[in-house]
Amino acid sequence: MAPTIAQKRWMYRHMLISRRFEEAIERIYFEGKTPAFNMANGPIPGEMHLSNGQEPCAVGVCAHLDAGDVVTSTHRPHHVAVAKGVDLKRMAAEIFGKAAGLSGGRGGHMHIFDPAVNFSCSGIIAQGMGPAVGAALSRKLQGKPGVAVAFLGEGAVNQGAFHETLNLAALWQLPVVFVVEDNAWGISVSKRQSTAVPRNDVRAAAYGMPGTYVPGNDPLAVFAAAGEAIERARGGAGPTLIEIETYRLAGHFMGDAEGYRPAGEKDALFARDPIPALRRRLIEDGSLDEAEADAIEAAAQATVDEAIAFARAADYPAPETALERVFA
Amino acid sequence: MTEQTGRNERRLTIARAMAEAVAQEMRIDPRVFLMGEDIATLGGVFGNTRGLVEEFGPERVRDTPISETAFIGAAVGAAADGMRPVVELMFVDFFGVCMDAIYNLMAKNIYFSGGGIKVPMVLMTSTGGGYSDAGQHSQCLYATFAHLPGMKVVAPSNAYDAKGLMTAALRDDSPVVYMFHKGLQGMGWLGTEPGATVDVPETSYTLPFGQAAVVREGRDVTIVGLAMGVHNALKAADDLARRGVSAEVIDLRTLVPLDRDTIRRSVAKTGRLIVVDEDYHSFGVSGEIIASVVEHDLRGLKAPPQRVAYPDVPIPFSRPMEQFCLPNPAKIVQAFDRMAQA
Repeated sequence: MAPTIAQKRWMYRHMLISRRFEEAIERIYFEGKTPAFNMANGPIPGEMHLSNGQEPCAVGVCAHLDAGDVVTSTHRPHHVAVAKGVDLKRMAAEIFGKAAGLSGGRGGHMHIFDPAVNFSCSGIIAQGMGPAVGAALSRKLQGKPGVAVAFLGEGAVNQGAFHETLNLAALWQLPVVFVVEDNAWGISVSKRQSTAVPRNDVRAAAYGMPGTYVPGNDPLAVFAAAGEAIERARGGAGPTLIEIETYRLAGHFMGDAEGYRPAGEKDALFARDPIPALRRRLIEDGSLDEAEADAIEAAAQATVDEAIAFARAADYPAPETALERVFA
Repeated sequence: MTEQTGRNERRLTIARAMAEAVAQEMRIDPRVFLMGEDIATLGGVFGNTRGLVEEFGPERVRDTPISETAFIGAAVGAAADGMRPVVELMFVDFFGVCMDAIYNLMAKNIYFSGGGIKVPMVLMTSTGGGYSDAGQHSQCLYATFAHLPGMKVVAPSNAYDAKGLMTAALRDDSPVVYMFHKGLQGMGWLGTEPGATVDVPETSYTLPFGQAAVVREGRDVTIVGLAMGVHNALKAADDLARRGVSAEVIDLRTLVPLDRDTIRRSVAKTGRLIVVDEDYHSFGVSGEIIASVVEHDLRGLKAPPQRVAYPDVPIPFSRPMEQFCLPNPAKIVQAFDRMAQA
């Protein structure tokens, strides 16, 4: 399954929005945190898990989804949220802890909820998988269209939730796709140190579902694999497990010194940055010319600038609103 | 287990009352469906889903694998997507294998979405011991769930309340933990407190959350309990009455929300408070109830409040050891005697 030119441009644009957004967050995150780094300080306090480098996973999958489809993501959710169409201004405001944020500042960057596009995430490893399976079950029971996609990291595959939800989804033949973003590191522990098999797509066999491995952090290859899986799900043929070789160009979280990485790994990863690579390919295959690519870049930057400006200008919530919205 | 009484009421067990409430709601609301272990063909280990799969079929009454993390997590996702799932955690003691789905997803998603999503789901779970099943199948853990924000917690003591609270839970847009005591369930093989089997109207009705019931009026002491504790309190009240002591008994019915006003009003009248709780003694329901009274007004108290709760030990298997630990009417009477001496 090959993307149309419009889909390729869409993927390029959303990879750029995601990256520019993360770059802005990274810059602002360090405001107020120098010279001494204290996570509690600055306009964006708390943990921050950037998705730089993992954009191919998000756009290659979400290119096949519309607002009605359900996505659950992880503690590293921004790229997926961008690709799913989450309101960028309100997501930025949420990350800043502002009243105009998606959740009025209650959630922050690890708890992004945008019901308008059926996006949610959980900061706990593998725990977005159950809700995705449940959303898929809901669609099946209601006879409503739509699929669910659960994003997870390669570190999540050794959690009980992974195995329980794969079994349940296959048992009930639910319209759900499990997408493992293998960025090779669970904080400081490598995949080789944590996982008994080199590739997790083989685990699909244990649950009688197809498993696909997508090497190379290639958005077009992700698009092809995800397209097949989502088509299967939409057609009532049940779940699929996809593992994508990707990488994070940032640390696990902001402030991570990344001393666990072998020498030279980061340089090699930057040399394979998927965003300039996609630009080159799209120009080569005639999907874009240089001017169009530049225009997409400029538009992406403008979109991010607008969102960040909105978040900066927004008011903090009244402190006592902390006591509201516990129940529906 | 059903016997006819007048005016469209029958004596029902809690198990039957729960199943009837769910069935009546499923007839009018296609969004309600069930997931759990042994809830379909078997009708629930504790009988509370009996007859449902026969009427509604296996799509809406789903036996699950032994995968609580998966199916409780799935319920959260289905609830956010417009369904109204009911899930059963067979024994509350099993919460350890699936607590993330319960307290990080079910309980927090409304808040973390700023109220943008609803989580209309009911988590039914059995509580209580007294039948030598030891400490992985006998706990109450009321306080564990009531302590964590974001879940409503109900614990009926009789079939009338069980039906009304279940119907209310099914119609709530927030998650409800519905804790039913095995010893009240009406399952012969567990031994059953007869006082839990009461007249229940055939028609559907709701009981509001956060309204405790004064199940026996009295003047001299207030005894507060929930679930099995209510029956122990009523028996103790009978014993005290024979001695000329008039005890008021309050059935909390729901822990979240907690009806502190009814307790305070009663203690203001009686001046004495005993809390009965089959959950652990420390850091629990009994301490919360006492604190709710004394932080409000100390002046009306004629004696220090007392608690009759489970000692802070894992629940033992051996009958004499377990029975030694459980609350019972005699311990409540003794608690009153301690107050009388104060």
